[in-house]
Amino acid sequence: MSRYTPATAEDRRRMLEYLGVGDLDDLYSGIPEKVRQKNLPDIPKALSEPEVLRNLRELAGANGNIDDLACFLGAGAYDHFIPAAVDSIISRGEFTTCYTPYQPEVSQGTLQAIFQYQTMVCELTGMEVSNASMYDGASAVAEAAVLAASATKKKKILWGQNVNPQTRDVLRTYCWSRSLEQGELPAAGGTVDQEALDAALSAGDVAALVVQSPSFFGTIEDLEALAEKLHQAEALLILSTDLLALGTLEAPGKLGADIVAGDGQTVGNPISFGGPAFGFIAVNKPLLRRMPGRICGQTVDSQGRRAFVLTLQAREQHIRREKATSNICSNQNLCIVAASVYFSLMGPQGLREVGEQIMAKTEYAVSRLEKSGKFRRAFPGVPHFREVALLSERPVAELNSRLLDAGIIGGYSLEPLYPGLKKGWLLAVTENRTKEEIDRLVAVAGGDAR
Amino acid sequence: MTRIIETVFESSRPGRKGYALPELDVPAVDCGAVLGKSCREKAPRLPEMAEVDVVRHFTRLSKLNYSVDEGFYPLGSCTMKYNPKVNEVAARMPGFARVHPLQPEETAQGALKLLFDLSGMLAEITGMDAVTLQPAAGAHGEQTGLMLIKAWHESRGEGKRTKVIVPDSAHGTNPASATVTGFETVEVASDEEGMVDLDSLKLLLDDTVAALMLTNPNTLGIFEKHILELTEAVHRAGGLVYYDGANLNAIMGKARPGDMGFDVLHLNLHKTFGTPHGGGGPGSGPVGVKAELEPFLPAPIVAFKGGRYTLVGKDERPKSIGRVRSFYGNFGVLVKAYAYIRALGPEGLKDASEMSVLNANYLAKKLGGLYPLAHKGHCMHEFVLNGGPLKRETGVSSLDVAKAVIEAGFHPPTIYFPLIVPEALMVEPTETESVETLDRFAQAMEDIVAKARSEGPEAFHGLPTTTPISRPDETMAARNPILRWQFEE
Repeated sequence: MSRYTPATAEDRRRMLEYLGVGDLDDLYSGIPEKVRQKNLPDIPKALSEPEVLRNLRELAGANGNIDDLACFLGAGAYDHFIPAAVDSIISRGEFTTCYTPYQPEVSQGTLQAIFQYQTMVCELTGMEVSNASMYDGASAVAEAAVLAASATKKKKILWGQNVNPQTRDVLRTYCWSRSLEQGELPAAGGTVDQEALDAALSAGDVAALVVQSPSFFGTIEDLEALAEKLHQAEALLILSTDLLALGTLEAPGKLGADIVAGDGQTVGNPISFGGPAFGFIAVNKPLLRRMPGRICGQTVDSQGRRAFVLTLQAREQHIRREKATSNICSNQNLCIVAASVYFSLMGPQGLREVGEQIMAKTEYAVSRLEKSGKFRRAFPGVPHFREVALLSERPVAELNSRLLDAGIIGGYSLEPLYPGLKKGWLLAVTENRTKEEIDRLVAVAGGDAR
Repeated sequence: MTRIIETVFESSRPGRKGYALPELDVPAVDCGAVLGKSCREKAPRLPEMAEVDVVRHFTRLSKLNYSVDEGFYPLGSCTMKYNPKVNEVAARMPGFARVHPLQPEETAQGALKLLFDLSGMLAEITGMDAVTLQPAAGAHGEQTGLMLIKAWHESRGEGKRTKVIVPDSAHGTNPASATVTGFETVEVASDEEGMVDLDSLKLLLDDTVAALMLTNPNTLGIFEKHILELTEAVHRAGGLVYYDGANLNAIMGKARPGDMGFDVLHLNLHKTFGTPHGGGGPGSGPVGVKAELEPFLPAPIVAFKGGRYTLVGKDERPKSIGRVRSFYGNFGVLVKAYAYIRALGPEGLKDASEMSVLNANYLAKKLGGLYPLAHKGHCMHEFVLNGGPLKRETGVSSLDVAKAVIEAGFHPPTIYFPLIVPEALMVEPTETESVETLDRFAQAMEDIVAKARSEGPEAFHGLPTTTPISRPDETMAARNPILRWQFEE
């Protein structure tokens, strides 16, 4: 009846005849009369394909999109360049329309892609093991906190106020539901407050500290110093970070991080109103058996040829049920295939070049805005990447509205969540922004009149 | 044809590149000057490849996969239906794919309307009062739903309700989701028809029970005929009833979980609503609730106020459990599900369910002569074959049969699940398969069973032979885990 259902009227008749039943309703005789639906669902009537496209084009057309608007907004979702080959590959039905690779003989494509992705995450993070993906950065960090609590057999999770507010929201939800204690540390100077951390660690009940670097403000934390403090207190350092930034920033595994997690939207996944992208999580071998989610491993087939399989499944829900390390089943596989195509195209050099362009363009934008006299840095002297917290002379709402009129999506308004940052404006400058766009931003934001 | 494909790390050659960025149009800066000691010293060993080689590598990899686009994929409980192409086009429109989740609401009215309308349609289809689209997958939906149940009990001073009852036929995610939300799982037995045993359930119901989780139709493909008695018994004991929507594909337009007494449910848009599985995601696991639980839904929700669509956050929804994910869920997947529902409309959804049930019954009857069926009478959208007798008679296990199904050119059914059927083979044909495909599959199964009887298990152990690899050594993979490429130092 719909174009997606091949059965003709004649097919149906013959099939019903084969079954010896009068009509389709007879097949539903197992449903008690009282719960049978009397009326069709009250939803709009069926549309042909051209009508579906028209309807969706209309909805899409009602949104401003960042092909048309210059985007200086980040705060957890970023406008990075994606080579065309990425979407071309992940549009292939062989990657798109298959299930989780539980039958390895007919899933080597997906499995090898996962294996390669895991290697890339290990290389970028400097950690020994990566899983095959999590839902998003926020839930990956929350699962990392749960992992840390189980590994340390302690119940308290700390995080800094400079961790992305949405990540903190998800951490709160997960901690509540698993009866973990929570503690939030101030970050008034842009990085986690050391005295507050010392005080929080002194009780000895902390399982882990979640640190984000680059933080929500774009600031870079001193991970080595933090790791040392935490390890002295027999607690773990969980780093929330970004795989694109790790092409330029030191590998956190080298600096003492115990769990590295975060969001993968920046590497090959469209911004897409916040999803889908993926979360990643990487650990060192001692934590491997506590890792949530799927992991792909290398082995050989019965003829001794290299082969890939899902492995260490004794951690997972379909084997361990209530004793599993996590309940995750579907992850974000196609998005990590996109990431691995992205990394293969960019290579180490491309990723570094992206990082250097970001740093140069961020510096250029910020110095021009400072020169206008209408902005100053909220955290001068603290290193940052891609995002900078500025304090504006003018109210941020007014500023952003002027920018929008000029075809620019302005920065994130910090004051509602950080009252200490009066007229705080979080500006993101990616490699996609041109000098012309930055100059236009500066002209409008730093100018006096409309 | 070479089927062992060099890894990208083996293909890498120093100096090759597959990208070009514009020349830097602002003054360059020194990494050390900006980042100090945080500037990376040693480059990650990512592959260095030309674009053409990257494209060929991944194209070759893709050809090692079996997919719905290639053929029949009767994987029980996974609803591997055809994924319409127009939905892919829709999700890639710049007005969806290139929209920032935090850009001003007035510039995102189309996206918010889509979310609002999709929530409404899913609520109507399932008979629930409100739906959140935030959970990223089915298990994430279960976790969210159980959190809602936990918050609801806590709000009534009933935090002592710590048990979740799960049938022995349940998906593995059910007990795992109960654990990760701080509940203890109690298993309830199935009766000989494969349905929840009402008397056994009643014995478990006391004031420590938070909820019963049910899949209906259940994993045997049977509709729980005592569903109203089951939900009523749980309610009478002060508990809530959770609907695992993995099997909703059987009943759209025919019966609604909301009318059966369910209080909370999740849906798998990547099963029922035609969005692709992507080799394991991204999926989407919206959660629907009855009005009483609506205040607890994750924030933000989309509302329509004063003529515009707007996000309502936790500040205005104090009872909300908070966020379970960043932003608003797997938006691109939601666009595809929206397009699917709009394409089918009310009659089309009902027809999809009816045809999924007709296809399943047709195939069940065809295979019922080969294997005992785990259900009596008619099944719903899937059915389970008992592979125990064949194994006893011939020594050929369901794993062997699955490998022979691969050899015959199909994806095998789900095997060894549900746990209550020995050597289970769980078959879900879906509505998007033609009768010719079902006939071909039935013939292949008949040939496999004949082969088992005439040649015994030895004839199966070398299967499959036509695939890129033969059976892999999974024990070795687990015993000596190699989880990343080993570079020659």
